[in-house]
Amino acid sequence: MKFGIAVFPGTWSDRDCAHAVTLAGHDPVMLWHKDADLRDVDCVILPGGFSYGDYLRCGAVARFAPLMQAVAGFAAAGGLVWGICNGFQILCEAHLLPGALTRNASMQFRCEPSWLRVENAGSPFTSGCARGEVLQIPVSHGEGRYVADPATLEMLETSGRVAFRYVSRDGAPVDGSSPNGSMHDIAGILSESGNVLGMMPHPERACEPLLGSADGMRLFQCVAALAGDRGTFITTGSR
Amino acid sequence: MTFVAEVVVSLKPLVNDPQGITIRDGLRRLGFPGVGSVRVGKHIEIEVDAPDEATASAAVAEMCERLLRNPVIEDYRIGVLRVQTAPV
Repeated sequence: MKFGIAVFPGTWSDRDCAHAVTLAGHDPVMLWHKDADLRDVDCVILPGGFSYGDYLRCGAVARFAPLMQAVAGFAAAGGLVWGICNGFQILCEAHLLPGALTRNASMQFRCEPSWLRVENAGSPFTSGCARGEVLQIPVSHGEGRYVADPATLEMLETSGRVAFRYVSRDGAPVDGSSPNGSMHDIAGILSESGNVLGMMPHPERACEPLLGSADGMRLFQCVAALAGDRGTFITTGSR
Repeated sequence: MTFVAEVVVSLKPLVNDPQGITIRDGLRRLGFPGVGSVRVGKHIEIEVDAPDEATASAAVAEMCERLLRNPVIEDYRIGVLRVQTAPV
């Protein structure tokens, strides 16, 4: 399984993602933002950071990078694309996922543990988890408040496209008091065919016990387990 | 001719603006109890070479649609379009 890891000017989690991929027993391939070549990878990770300085809006400029043109085509053909933090912001700006990520309701940059309930365990990223399971994965962002119009939220909920929702440590609903104030406490969403995942929390920062949690490694292992199975992935989960 | 467009990008009315709320509360603490809603946006000045104002205006509108605003959360308006006379 070849994992491609995008590197934009200002990306900061690329090496952490490469470390997580290596721990999962696979090879990371760094993908430079000026190259439109995906180098035959099986999964593209858009890591966290501040691509292009987060100028104008987070992810707004990265969308036009040659690499992102290739990623859009790859996603349309059913390729796995995994946006983490700034990567999620880029996917929304590129219209590969609906909605937008806005300034945290608290106005603070929040860097802390968070707890995510798996809402869809049928995606290529989460099929190693059980629906309703709670994962401890940290957040680290200033602009992660997920916003979408009511029709889009309804569509995401009814079609099983909410991948993760923020909950309390014991799994109870937080009802708007998530680290960023996201609508419906949404922490991650899937594309219509389930092959694109965007999430604000950082699984690569929860990939070994030394870091306080190894729950994020479950997601990397889940994707890695798909090696050799490059079909189109369909979401099977429902709310 | 060179035109200068002033674009204002603002959050849509229904999008919560925590920056605006923070500023509103600060203004009230500063002794302006009459302050109501405060909304924060972006002001962008763009120089455009174009044969006439209509062409310049159309180009700036397309820039707004394609990059300067996120249609999910933001509105825009093109405020002033003047002819650039001398270097500032």
